[in-house]
Parts: sequence; structure tokens; C-alpha cells
Amino acid sequence: MTDTVNPSQDAPSVDEQIKQTVTDHEVVLFMKGNANFPQCGFSGRAVQILKALEAEFVTVDVLANDAVREGIKTFSNWPTIPQLYVKGEFLGGSDIMTEMYESGELEQTLKA
Amino acid sequence: MVTPEQLKTWIESGFNGATVSVEGDGHHFEAVIVASEFESKNRIQRHQLVYAALGDKMKAEVHALSMKTLTPAEAEQ
Repeated sequence: MTDTVNPSQDAPSVDEQIKQTVTDHEVVLFMKGNANFPQCGFSGRAVQILKALEAEFVTVDVLANDAVREGIKTFSNWPTIPQLYVKGEFLGGSDIMTEMYESGELEQTLKA
Repeated sequence: MVTPEQLKTWIESGFNGATVSVEGDGHHFEAVIVASEFESKNRIQRHQLVYAALGDKMKAEVHALSMKTLTPAEAEQ
């Protein structure tokens, strides 16, 4: 009798993949494109802010993975990209990043 | 194409007595929302309230909406 294996059962769900990514890396930016070639103005602004703060961060290109592109929106209950995660916690999109950068809060959060 | 006036009405419908001003070129929008519902809410929760008010109306365009979310007290500062 041959076992039938449902690959989706073995492969971690998108939620688990996202959870793993934001746990494994201290600063994660889900964006369109990558740090050198942002594909959208808002993602570009988010990268500029992190670079201005000389933060060490990893990026996830949601354009390269539709499942993550949609999954991240339900994961954080936030409808837009980019999304910044620091120490596993969702901080916000480029709007909130800009506000926190200008108030100095983002720098503190990254240094904490 | 969504107009600033339309967007203003949609946002206002999600709050009672909020003051909303919206500017935009049909693609990118800047909204300033002053609402008492924002009290004791952090930035993410405030923005989520606005997204909830918009519901699916702006599914495609919502990423082009920048917002300032203030309580009446913050707006006076």
C-alpha cells in the first residue's frame, strides 16, 4: 500500500514560514523588491530609513512569493507592504516607520 | 479613480464625529484624521481602525494612502 503524502501538510504553512523568519532575524523588512532595488516608493523609503540608522536587517521580496505577499497581510492584520518586524514584533508600514524615525523612537527600538 | 472627497467620506463613515482631511492626486493620498477613538491606541491600532473603515473599498489603492492619526488633544498641540 503506497502512502499518499500531501506535500502541503509537510511543508510549513505560510504563517509558520513568516513566524520563523521574524523569529530567526532581529530586523526583517517585507518589501517589494530588495534593499538595492526597491520596486515601490514606500518600500524604498523604508529601506532608506533603515540604512540611515545603519541598522542590520534582512529583506523578504514579496513580489517573488505570492503566498507570502498575501500571507503577511493576514499574519499582521495589515493590508499593505512594506512591513517592518523588530524582534518578532510588527512595527508598521512606511508611514509609521517615518513617524518613528522622525521622533527617534525607531532608533531606540533598534538599539534596545 | 478614487477622489479625495470619496476617501474622506469613507473614512468618516468609520468614526463618529472624526475630522478628516484628504489630499491626493487620485493615486497617492495624504489623510489627516482626528478622532477620539484613537485615545489609548498605538499607531498600528489607529491605522487599523482606518483600514477597517475603508474595508475593501480601496483594496488596490490602499497602499498609496499615507495617514496622520491624532486624538483631538494631540491635534491641538
